[in-house]
Amino acid sequence: MLLINCPYCDDALPELEFAYAGEAHIARPADPSKLSDEEWRDFLFIRSNPRGLHAERWRHIHGCGRFFNALRDTVSDRFLTTYPAGQPRPDVTKLEAAE
Amino acid sequence: MNDYRIKGRGRVNPNRPVRFTFDGKTFSGFEGDTVASALLANGEHLMGRGFKYHRPRGVVTAGSEEPNALIGTSRGPGRFEPNTRATMQEIYSGLTTESQNKWPSLKFDLGAINDRLYMLFSAGFYYKTFMWPKSFWDKVYEPFIRRAAGLGRSPTELDPDHYASRYLHCDVLIVGSGPAGLAAALTAARSGASVTVVDEQAEMGGTLLSEPSPMIEGQPAWDWLATTLAELAGMPNVRLMHRTTAIGYYHQNMVGLCQKLTDHLSDVPADAPRERLWRVRAGQVILAQGAIERPMVFDGNDRPGVMMAGAAQTFLHRFGVKVGNRPVILTSHDSAWHTAFDLADAGCKVAAIVDTRTDIAPALMQAAMSRQIEVLTGHTATATGGRLRVKSIRVNPVRGGTVGAARTIACDAVLMCGGWTPSLHLFSHTKGSLDWDAKAKAYLPGHKTEAVHIAGAGRGLWGIAAALEDGAKAGADALRDLGRKAGAATYAVTGDRTGTGITQKELPTDRSPGSAKAFIDFQNDVTAKDIRLAVREGMRSIEHVKRYTTNGMATDQGKLSNMNGLTIASDALGKDIPQVGLTTFRPPYTPTTFGALAGYHKGSHFEVTRKTPIDSWAAENGAAFEPVALWRRAWYFPKAGEDMHAAVNRECRATRQSLGIFDASTLGKIEVSGPDAVEFMNRMYTNPWAKLAPGKCRYGLLLGEDGFIRDDGVIGRMRDDLFHVTTTTGGAARVLNMMEDYLQTEWPELQVWLTSTTEEWATIAINGPNARKLLAPLVEGQDMSDAAFPHMSVAECTVAGFPSRLFRISFTGELGFEVNVPARHGRALWEKLMAAGKPYDICPYGTETMHVLRAEKGYIIIGQDTDGTVTPEDAGIGWAIGKAKPDFVGKRSLARPDIVAKGRKQLVGLLTENPKTVLVEGAQIVLDPKQSKPMRMIGHVTSSYWSEALGRSIAMAVVEGGFDRMGDTLHIPTADGGSQAAKVTGCVFYDPEGDRLKVE
Repeated sequence: MLLINCPYCDDALPELEFAYAGEAHIARPADPSKLSDEEWRDFLFIRSNPRGLHAERWRHIHGCGRFFNALRDTVSDRFLTTYPAGQPRPDVTKLEAAE
Repeated sequence: MNDYRIKGRGRVNPNRPVRFTFDGKTFSGFEGDTVASALLANGEHLMGRGFKYHRPRGVVTAGSEEPNALIGTSRGPGRFEPNTRATMQEIYSGLTTESQNKWPSLKFDLGAINDRLYMLFSAGFYYKTFMWPKSFWDKVYEPFIRRAAGLGRSPTELDPDHYASRYLHCDVLIVGSGPAGLAAALTAARSGASVTVVDEQAEMGGTLLSEPSPMIEGQPAWDWLATTLAELAGMPNVRLMHRTTAIGYYHQNMVGLCQKLTDHLSDVPADAPRERLWRVRAGQVILAQGAIERPMVFDGNDRPGVMMAGAAQTFLHRFGVKVGNRPVILTSHDSAWHTAFDLADAGCKVAAIVDTRTDIAPALMQAAMSRQIEVLTGHTATATGGRLRVKSIRVNPVRGGTVGAARTIACDAVLMCGGWTPSLHLFSHTKGSLDWDAKAKAYLPGHKTEAVHIAGAGRGLWGIAAALEDGAKAGADALRDLGRKAGAATYAVTGDRTGTGITQKELPTDRSPGSAKAFIDFQNDVTAKDIRLAVREGMRSIEHVKRYTTNGMATDQGKLSNMNGLTIASDALGKDIPQVGLTTFRPPYTPTTFGALAGYHKGSHFEVTRKTPIDSWAAENGAAFEPVALWRRAWYFPKAGEDMHAAVNRECRATRQSLGIFDASTLGKIEVSGPDAVEFMNRMYTNPWAKLAPGKCRYGLLLGEDGFIRDDGVIGRMRDDLFHVTTTTGGAARVLNMMEDYLQTEWPELQVWLTSTTEEWATIAINGPNARKLLAPLVEGQDMSDAAFPHMSVAECTVAGFPSRLFRISFTGELGFEVNVPARHGRALWEKLMAAGKPYDICPYGTETMHVLRAEKGYIIIGQDTDGTVTPEDAGIGWAIGKAKPDFVGKRSLARPDIVAKGRKQLVGLLTENPKTVLVEGAQIVLDPKQSKPMRMIGHVTSSYWSEALGRSIAMAVVEGGFDRMGDTLHIPTADGGSQAAKVTGCVFYDPEGDRLKVE
């Protein structure tokens, strides 16, 4: 079982308290009616599904209830960092240098 | 009895004899014995039959890696366990055991005919033998395979035992309590770190239990062991757990442990858990699991009495049992020589030491000579004799690659050692890399992914001194990584029995290798020949060789077989071992009971059962219940002699004719409050909310962003800034999650608060022409007249003295109200309403009647009439969309090409040609029932009931282009080959004008 650091509770807590919520940094368009069918299709369905580092959303559903973002390696399942919703994706090279 | 027990040897308690049965026969052993050691003490080697060929099999090892001696154990009904390793099962008074895979008896097994039919069972036989003729599959092959497949027999009764689980946090977790583990524990514990040591055996000590002769720190090994365990046990920061197997190593240093608590007890305390599963989160993990001895691969190496030399040493020293009177040692490693010496010193006549090597340390040669043991170096073994027990071994000299003349040596045991394999299963679970070490001829731990240290034989080290030193160092390393200071202790060891050895492929033979039964995997009956055949037939990857031959795929996960299989496969492929690669070990390390994994989550604890505040009344009044999501709901209320059909018809009639009462408390409820509540509702739901005045309510429809219906419910506006949202019973949590998601991540600027209030309210629905007559006298604070409180109104008032949110809504088509009161008043209100309703013959009804009444009106149920691909237009509820709204969740998708395309499945009504026929929900719909199979299916029945009000059946269905098929006749094929005809209609079957809602 993974330990996940909730950036709001500032604590590493068991995976059981969290729910996965899909890829991060896919903002809902401000005015969907302006999007072409293809653009809207991509917003709805196209996800990156990388082998390696993945920016994704989690919710501390059985804790503070808040959504946040995480960088996780899909190969090793290792979380590099977690950060509040709305913040930009952290620079990985800086993270790795800090380790 | 106990002819093979040596007085004064072993750690069993000779003052505590224990009687148990094996295949109905009573045996005796001593406290501390395993089934295997006790049977061996009685001279019994035969403990099972092979899986495929049903060849007689004896015990091979003394530990959890045992492939052959699998037995069924029982202590009464429901407490039968198959495939227990006889080497791990401790005996207790009254233990009942049986052998497996035999019929009619272990000594005479008809299945052994398979041994003569071995050509049918070669590698990949699953894919070859049973392929033709095709018609044989159903009647002959599959029944045959099913009967033959599997080991042992499954228990059939419910397991009456219970199982516990716990969490544990510690600084250092040490797996294995041999010299390396204990040295690590001492180092870590003395620093003050919290330390947990686990060992799968009944007793701690690991290798030391089989090696009493060395002196450690001036003490005999067993004295040192006792001193060390006493010191550790006396420290408050140390937890010692025996009979505890580390079954899996998971992310971030979580290790799963299975602790056996009662399987060794004669008298089990009432309510004692049988096993306990631990989830340990450790700061540092030290793996000191030792190494597993490799069998020699030669013809007849599976005959009972052929076993591992190290196992013989364990049986001798730990249990005081000699495995034979006249053993032959067959080895390529020095360790087995010491077994020979110990057995000779214990009074056995060692017939010979046969070593495949030619270059033997002079000290060993001398030690053998002094004991007058014949030594045959540079020899191979080419066969064994005997049927139920080995009687002889055939050995030949090998000179310059040529196998010389054979010689047969009489013996009653063959003790083999083909080298040692570091036990790195748990390390493998972490995806740590294993690197081939050419010198040790073993895979050793490489790159680590977790905070883990490996110590002792697991790193290819040999000898007690080396293990102690390495363990102490691992302990110090772990402390360093924890930020603690520690020095590694040193240990003075004398009499240590170090040594070296080699590993090899199957032994050379002067006979045809094709007819040799040289086993690699004893449990799945895989031979060296099978591996070579798999390579000849094109398997190149070791993963393919493994699956084609099933090598290493039995319950021992290849603990004995993987390295031999790999060595032979690499030889057949003409590649070096590291180029062929290694298959993956996966949890659990040893077979683990489902009980331990399930823990407390069984029976009523498997899943929570949510009950409403009125549930107790329903139970007391004979309700039949059904599960809905996690809730249990009253399904119907049968009176004496009524079946469900009769009860539901009566409940429907009563509600339509006078008055029905229904517990709707399970409806999801969410309060949406805040200055931006109306804006939030506008964005989430399809409907317009801005103009909905406080005191009014509206049917709300929620889509996913993909435009498909997700949920619905009536939503009341209590105040300008407060909405009382209801959801489907099963959808409440999902809807709240979705709302939170949008609010937190898409529209954080909105000032809105969401609160789950499902369980704060008890909800009672009152329906029927007399609903107002019942309620009006009980309501204070709200004029109940139709003019003052019309359909789709909501008010805060009191009902029967209880504070209430009162809705005038209907899910039946009758005049209806829903009374919400604080949950604690739910049952009291229900009882008051029941009493006040007597003059109207008030009738409690359940979910089945609710379903019928709503279907008569064509009201949809999300998840029954919709399935995640249905849009509002498809469901015929396009009117619920606020067309003027610029945006809401899912709006853009309603204009996607596929959503506006012709031919979508649409929700329609169906009236069967025969009004008595009630269609089966889920039945497929076709245009022409006479078309050939597979028929083209154009939709399916979503809801189907007998309508008491209409005196006929009704149904709803999703049908391709259904709205354009009004009046058409469609066909619903039935399981018996027939077909039912039905006419397409609208969904509102009853009171299409809606007059009944308007009762004055």
